[in-house]
Amino acid sequence: MDLLTYPFMLRALAGALIIGLAAPALGIYLVQRRLSLIGDGIGHVALTGVGVGLLTHQSPVLTAVLVSVAGAVAVELVRERGRTSGDLALALLFYGGIAGGVVLVGLSDDASNASLMQYLFGSLITTSPADIAVIAGLGAAVLIAMLVFRPALFALCNDEEYARVSGLPVRTLNLLLAVTTAITVTIAMRTVGLLLVSALMVVPVAAAQQITRGFRSTMAVAMLIGICAAGAGVVLAGSIDTAPGATTVLIALAAFLLTTAAGALWHRRRATPAAHVEPPDVVLHA
Amino acid sequence: MSVVEVRHLAAGYDGREILRDVDLSVASGDVVAILGANGSGKSTLVRTILGLVPVRRGEIELFGTPQRRFRHWERVGYVPQRLGAGSGVPATVGEVVASGRLARRGMFRPPGAADRAAVHEALAAVGLVDRIGDPVSTLSGGQQQRTLIARALAGKPDLLVLDEPTAGVDAASQEAFAGALTEFAANGGTILLVLHELGPLRPLIGRAVVVHQGRIAHEGVPPEPAGHHAEPGHDHVHPHADEEKATICEWAPTEGTKAY
Repeated sequence: MDLLTYPFMLRALAGALIIGLAAPALGIYLVQRRLSLIGDGIGHVALTGVGVGLLTHQSPVLTAVLVSVAGAVAVELVRERGRTSGDLALALLFYGGIAGGVVLVGLSDDASNASLMQYLFGSLITTSPADIAVIAGLGAAVLIAMLVFRPALFALCNDEEYARVSGLPVRTLNLLLAVTTAITVTIAMRTVGLLLVSALMVVPVAAAQQITRGFRSTMAVAMLIGICAAGAGVVLAGSIDTAPGATTVLIALAAFLLTTAAGALWHRRRATPAAHVEPPDVVLHA
Repeated sequence: MSVVEVRHLAAGYDGREILRDVDLSVASGDVVAILGANGSGKSTLVRTILGLVPVRRGEIELFGTPQRRFRHWERVGYVPQRLGAGSGVPATVGEVVASGRLARRGMFRPPGAADRAAVHEALAAVGLVDRIGDPVSTLSGGQQQRTLIARALAGKPDLLVLDEPTAGVDAASQEAFAGALTEFAANGGTILLVLHELGPLRPLIGRAVVVHQGRIAHEGVPPEPAGHHAEPGHDHVHPHADEEKATICEWAPTEGTKAY
């Protein structure tokens, strides 16, 4: 592959591989909690952060991290309080985030559709060496946190009340998930773009769980699918000249279709002659 | 020594007071059943003791320490009514039971040989060792409930708190259940359990507390089964049992009378 001899291509590939590994490692907890779309929402909020950065001539990645962390913590506090009003509160926050972002980017000196598109759909090719250093550092931090705290995060996402009675710092762990979600969204913004960030967190997990039996194996397979889709996405996009982010997501979705078919086939083969039938609650006496 | 001490407790959710003035004392080695009708506040009582429902008035002590300052949660094993909503991400029986070790191990230490041994032992106690690698979603309701007991037992607690563990559980699981609890009590463990009816756990229970309208209405030895209730193998089905059982009761002859 001649393309890979260009330094910008190598940087793009490195960035994509890091995100491909870290995003599903975090996403599995979000899927387990039924918060699959949270990454999308935080992505909307991060756009306001990009706008703030462009307007104040700061690094947009840095301001996006700060604003999306604040947004994620706000979401977590809303979620913790109640359930019914939470859904609406999230909607308000997300739409406020994207509208604020579009307006602020428009007000900045760099007010072009191109700069907006760059954040909405990713722009791997323009990734600088400094960007890669930030992506690598933060990506590694997210990955380590997700792997080290796996038992605690699994317990939390599986049964929050039980985790509380186990004496786990439930609120701290929830905030850890919120903050790492925000960080992952922001660093993935350069790779797949804010509108497709959630896909890299969720689709590899959805694909993996079609063929796995346990949580740990699902996590491992999801990370494998994530890194393969990200790598293949960048290389394929480079050779057929498509958007790397969208190409990556389509490859991950293809993996989902493949594992779903494989899972269905495997289940049909293993279909036991007669499943264990639970006796009824009531025992009838003669 | 007192394991659970509740004095003048009032508690509830969202502005609704469910418990009004409750006193309860559970000593080490006691097996106490909390009985009451649906909505009486019996589940709220144990959930408040565990810190899942905020206290409005009164005091709770666990192992002699006020609940707010209590930190030795590894001494408490909690068995909720059911497994949290299946999320789609698969988890094996072994993985779920292993979360029971977190309170004892702490969240920073990776699991070791002692943790694996405890998980095995707990699964053996409820008769599910052979299912250790299976996804919990493939288990029957009763087996899932046994998995939750194993999760609590894996932490080697001194106090076991169970919230209606036998609701909607098949006969084989009820027996496995009673066996595991009997063993736990025989080794000096303290048990506090919410029950809709005494059922197969009857021989184990030393004291019954009846909650009615947010207060303790009765406390004492559990009533002896009398008449045809005492027949071996009698399976008591209340005509006023849970909604989901009501459909079965329509055709099941209960209490020797036709239900229709």
